[in-house]
Amino acid sequence: MKALWSGIFKRDLALAFRQRSELAQPLMFLLMVVTLFPLGVGPGPATLQKIGPGVIWIAAILSSLLAMDRMFRDDFWDGSMEQYLLSGQSVWAISAVKVLVHWLVSFVPLLILSPLLALFLNLTVQMYTALMLTLLLGTPLLSLVGAIAVGLTVGLQRGGVLLALLLIPVFIPLLIFATSAVDAAALQLPYRAHLAIIGAMLLAAMAAAPMAIAYALKVSQN
Amino acid sequence: MAGLTAHTLTCVKRDRVLFADLSFTLPAGSLTYLRGPNGAGKTSLLRLLTGLSLPDQGEILFNDAPIAECLPQFHASLTYIGHKPGLNSALSAIENLQYWCAQHSIGFSLDTAYKVLTILGLVGLEDIPIRMLSAGQQRRVALARLWLKSADVWILDEPFTALDVNGIKLLETHMRSHVEQGGTVITTSHQALSEVAGPVTLLDLEYRI
Repeated sequence: MKALWSGIFKRDLALAFRQRSELAQPLMFLLMVVTLFPLGVGPGPATLQKIGPGVIWIAAILSSLLAMDRMFRDDFWDGSMEQYLLSGQSVWAISAVKVLVHWLVSFVPLLILSPLLALFLNLTVQMYTALMLTLLLGTPLLSLVGAIAVGLTVGLQRGGVLLALLLIPVFIPLLIFATSAVDAAALQLPYRAHLAIIGAMLLAAMAAAPMAIAYALKVSQN
Repeated sequence: MAGLTAHTLTCVKRDRVLFADLSFTLPAGSLTYLRGPNGAGKTSLLRLLTGLSLPDQGEILFNDAPIAECLPQFHASLTYIGHKPGLNSALSAIENLQYWCAQHSIGFSLDTAYKVLTILGLVGLEDIPIRMLSAGQQRRVALARLWLKSADVWILDEPFTALDVNGIKLLETHMRSHVEQGGTVITTSHQALSEVAGPVTLLDLEYRI
């Protein structure tokens, strides 16, 4: 436990703060994509409110893909991964900690930024609450599932586009439930069922993803 | 006594048999020098011995138990230094070693770390990001692990790359004292080991077509 805390968690956080620009860039990308929509589809408040939740979610997924391979790429190429595998710690636990740090440094800033995005797109308070809840449940799912694909593609020289092609279809169910929850909130309907389904997907991913990531990382060493 | 035994190992890479039915023992208190031309499978063999990759046939025994069955114990008494140094270029030497020690559950004290880096001639470079160091200095930081972790088995893949004459001598002396204390070392190198390294067992791999 201590090994994971001071060997992986603290290390990854220290690295993230040292490479702040790498973390800020996807966030800037997200902000710019969201601001493009009012310019592109017209600034009508009703239109923006209608497309808003979808825009924020799609921008969040696309921007997360930009920095997703940070999770294991450097470790793979500089040989740190080999040292992790030989450290005697279980690989799934190391993967889980790395995914947690990834979520903390790339999605928590997004959650903090989200009120601003909601304001840009004229979301009501109910819609924003629902959006926040879906982001809170949905973004860890992006990190967990993304990590499996990163583990599978980490050994490839140019895995970036392949990573996006692998992941975008997988994120479709999440996108559907997340945006329909916000739509339901806009109509003042209950959206607990949507949240429950996203929560169920998250729990399933939490149970299965660390093993899958560990397997992918071991295979990448062969 | 700790020792590593390979039993009828076969390794196939891209439909080419690198080696087949390879059996040997690395007894405790021995230094083995693995030789062979480029592409003969030296790195592949070393990675098999660490358990990072799995042989197509055969098995590797650590203290007479297959390594797959005693992986945590085996890894606790193993130090592997591969081609890639395993150092993050944005972190300093001290940070890299500190996190590495934490991952491997080895007690870490700054005093020891500074002492080791002094032995390795890296005084004054402890706090600089690794990417600012020269290739030889980076290699020295990677090798600091051999001083920090008291492991029985050392598996070293080209440890002398980029090292200067003094560095090579330092490492050979350290390998010798490790062997004299009953440790096991297997290493590859493009230059022959000098007599500083002590008695050497040779293990030759041929290039097979």
